[in-house]
Amino acid sequence: MSKRKSKDIHLPAGECLSQVQRLLRERFCHQQLPVGPFGFESQHKHLLELLKRTAVHGESNSVLIVGPRGAGKSMLLNCVLKELMEMNEVKKNILLVQLSGLLQTDDGIALKEITRQLNLENVVGDKVFGSFAENLVFLLEALKKGDRSSSRPVLFTLDEFDLFAHHKNQTLLYNLLDISQSAQTPVAVVGLTCRLDVLELLEKRVKSRFSHRQIHLLSAVDFQGFLRGVELQLRLPPDFPDRRFAEDWNAGVEALCEDKSAEAVLRKHFNSSKDFRSLHMLLMLALSRVTVSNPAIRPADLLEASRLCTSDAKANVLHGLSILELCLVIAMKHLNDVYEGEPFNFQMVHNEFKKFLQRKSHSVHNFEKPVVVKAFEHLQELELIKPMDGASVRSQKEYQLVKLMLDHTQIMEALQKYPQCPTDVKQWATSAFG
Amino acid sequence: MSAPLHPGYADDRVRLLIEKLPCRETQLNTLLALMGEPEQYCYPSIFIYGHRATGKSYVIQTLLRELELPHAVVSCVECVSAGILFEQVLRSFFGSAYSSSNALPRKPSLSDFIRLYRQLCVQFPATQTRYIILDKAELLRDMDANLLPGFLRLQELVEDNVTVILLSEIVWDKFRPNTGCFEPLLLHFPNYSKAELQQILARDTHPAYSPELYSSYINILLGVFYSVCRDLRELRHLAALNFPKFCEPLETGEAKEKDAHKLWRNIEPQLKKAMQTVYLREVSSVQWEEQQSAEGEVAELRGLSSHDHVELPYYSKYLLIAAYLASYNPARTDRRFFLKHHGKIKKTNFLKKHEKTSNHLLGPKPFPLDRLLAIFYSVVDSRVAPTASVFAQISSLVTLQLLSQVSHDDQLDAPKYKCAVSLDFIRAIARTVGFDVVRHLYDFLLRPDRHADRACRRVTTCPLLLILSRRTLSFQMYAGPPLACDSPIPAASRFLRPPDVSEKMQK
Repeated sequence: MSKRKSKDIHLPAGECLSQVQRLLRERFCHQQLPVGPFGFESQHKHLLELLKRTAVHGESNSVLIVGPRGAGKSMLLNCVLKELMEMNEVKKNILLVQLSGLLQTDDGIALKEITRQLNLENVVGDKVFGSFAENLVFLLEALKKGDRSSSRPVLFTLDEFDLFAHHKNQTLLYNLLDISQSAQTPVAVVGLTCRLDVLELLEKRVKSRFSHRQIHLLSAVDFQGFLRGVELQLRLPPDFPDRRFAEDWNAGVEALCEDKSAEAVLRKHFNSSKDFRSLHMLLMLALSRVTVSNPAIRPADLLEASRLCTSDAKANVLHGLSILELCLVIAMKHLNDVYEGEPFNFQMVHNEFKKFLQRKSHSVHNFEKPVVVKAFEHLQELELIKPMDGASVRSQKEYQLVKLMLDHTQIMEALQKYPQCPTDVKQWATSAFG
Repeated sequence: MSAPLHPGYADDRVRLLIEKLPCRETQLNTLLALMGEPEQYCYPSIFIYGHRATGKSYVIQTLLRELELPHAVVSCVECVSAGILFEQVLRSFFGSAYSSSNALPRKPSLSDFIRLYRQLCVQFPATQTRYIILDKAELLRDMDANLLPGFLRLQELVEDNVTVILLSEIVWDKFRPNTGCFEPLLLHFPNYSKAELQQILARDTHPAYSPELYSSYINILLGVFYSVCRDLRELRHLAALNFPKFCEPLETGEAKEKDAHKLWRNIEPQLKKAMQTVYLREVSSVQWEEQQSAEGEVAELRGLSSHDHVELPYYSKYLLIAAYLASYNPARTDRRFFLKHHGKIKKTNFLKKHEKTSNHLLGPKPFPLDRLLAIFYSVVDSRVAPTASVFAQISSLVTLQLLSQVSHDDQLDAPKYKCAVSLDFIRAIARTVGFDVVRHLYDFLLRPDRHADRACRRVTTCPLLLILSRRTLSFQMYAGPPLACDSPIPAASRFLRPPDVSEKMQK
């Protein structure tokens, strides 16, 4: 680009963009964020203090991190753990066991995983244990150095904590929390969950052993803070190889955040959700549109990305239906209007459809009943309609009661955009009664 | 030097892909842009939805194969257990290393899979993004509850550069578990438009004929089928099946390629017939072809659902008719139909409100055995003793699933049944024994204030006709124009007799 001599390294544009993509994709897809937890400084400090006490002083603790999906629970924990592991006195001392409710679906599997993560497989060997508690105590016993005072602290993190509450008798939770209460091995139990009512799920004996320490991650950032967050996420770090390019890029990002239309898109997004995950999805879509010929995120890209993110999936599916299937959906809509959401069966829909054919239709022809049945079944396969009771009921399929899973407005909106919709079908849909 | 189409991939490869995937260029470009360069991270999970035969699997698979990216394609239909799914993924990523080293335990859990994946991943770290494609992903919902959320955040769980692509016909809203999960990136594959379908279908031309002819043939085919079916695969099958018939006039020399109208007249009824048979899978394509070759003789093509192939004993037919009447008539109208002196019962007044909607819309009602037998004795011609053979015939009707038993098996003294056949079926059965069902159905009853009914009364007062039994009378009255059963069944109170019938009787 420029022939000016400078101290910086100049990379070709393609190379630069490739670097940008690599860096930003790691942020959005792999959660490697440039800054710490944004907006949760106090929670961060609280958790760090707590875990440090366990790691350094051998104090047992239990804590729950509660927040909606994508609010940054795992991110917060990972940040804290990373920081913790960087401390010298902690690194050699602490043992980490990470469990997830998605993976360890019962306590047997969980125990095996704990054994593995503590590297105690050879110690356990072929031993047979009487109970779960005995096994767990043995594991923790094995970690002791000899005298009671200096056993190594163990940090348990339980992702999807609510799922552990569904295990039989909540044995794992009971034992972990029990150990955290008694003065045995120092352990810290950190649970992550998106359910605010998680304590209700715990049995009484489990609940009473929990410290009732909860950290809530309910984002309180306002729109200005959100915008700053977006800017931070998109900015290139100062150690980017091509400094000129990085400056240009950062200037572009700043301009983007000040742009009126981009701001409107972001405000719309902010109003619907504040969480990091959905923001990352939006930015990822916008980022994927960055090419050599378009070397910065423009407001138009953001607009397009937001359109992709918010498009109504059911309307998209409706657009792909054949005319016959669409007619059936409209007939169902009318039935819903007339009978106020009562379930209906195929016969009623077919009857309604035939009434339309006789009275108003010019463009739609009469179809044999089996052809209509096939269309109806296709709608059922797409789960646009749902049978009221299970398939086990022995009744003729024409008379099986079904429910329409679409909204009145959804149908009307989809109809407006339906490619080459015959006018009489449109009129039928808008007319008040059949 | 112009910029590459997609950085990280050779231009000629991308061009070849565009060639191979007609009418899917936008989708291809979006996907390639999302995937980025091979080494870069991609979004952890992508959910692609769209109707059947919109090229979801084809585009993804061709894309990954042509660009030689590491991928595992798993169709969830094949995976009766999660173990098979895990094994297929591990085998296609790690190949020999997986089979030689420690295999998955029997009945593996997601935890085992993740552990093994991580182990193997340390030995063979990903240099390029790995893709797992789960076709027909809606079936994942029926497997263990942790499987779908687990796969959605697989990248996080295994800490590898891996992306899971889910393909389904059903929208994402139906997948979301109760407490939510990692939200995948949604991509929609829209249907091919009519022009695009035409373009794709016209690609497979017949070598003996010009492409223009085939294209015009496709145009006719779409004209018939497009409003019913937009499935490319189905249309292609139908096109291939009916093309020989289309060419027939050309071969015999009756028409030339330019006589578009003649050709159209020849093929259109054929295609309409195909819609009722081949499209519904009533006959197989082999049968269809045989029938076409058997020209001349008027071989009526009978599908599975035609009623002529059901052959029943004489009394069984009457039993079935009686069951049908019992299922579709309200019990208190029995007096009106089966008693000689039933007195004057006005139709509209004596029924409760909910009984006024047609039973043919609501479906069959259960009835006790006694009522079935009572109706049976009153409709059957001769005197029948209530022997074991009659009861045996009832239970064999249940076995044939023409009747269905609704009460429990332990209720021996008063079992309840439901009739499980359609009106068309019962009309076909009744025709063979000369019984008019429609006349005995409450839903098709006349309103008393209609002039047609007055005509009816006049007929019955005629001394000659009085000797005729009611059944034969009704048979005469309906002998001419059959009651149109394809017309909508109205709510009973609104029913009008077809005008031509009443006119005839007034004369």
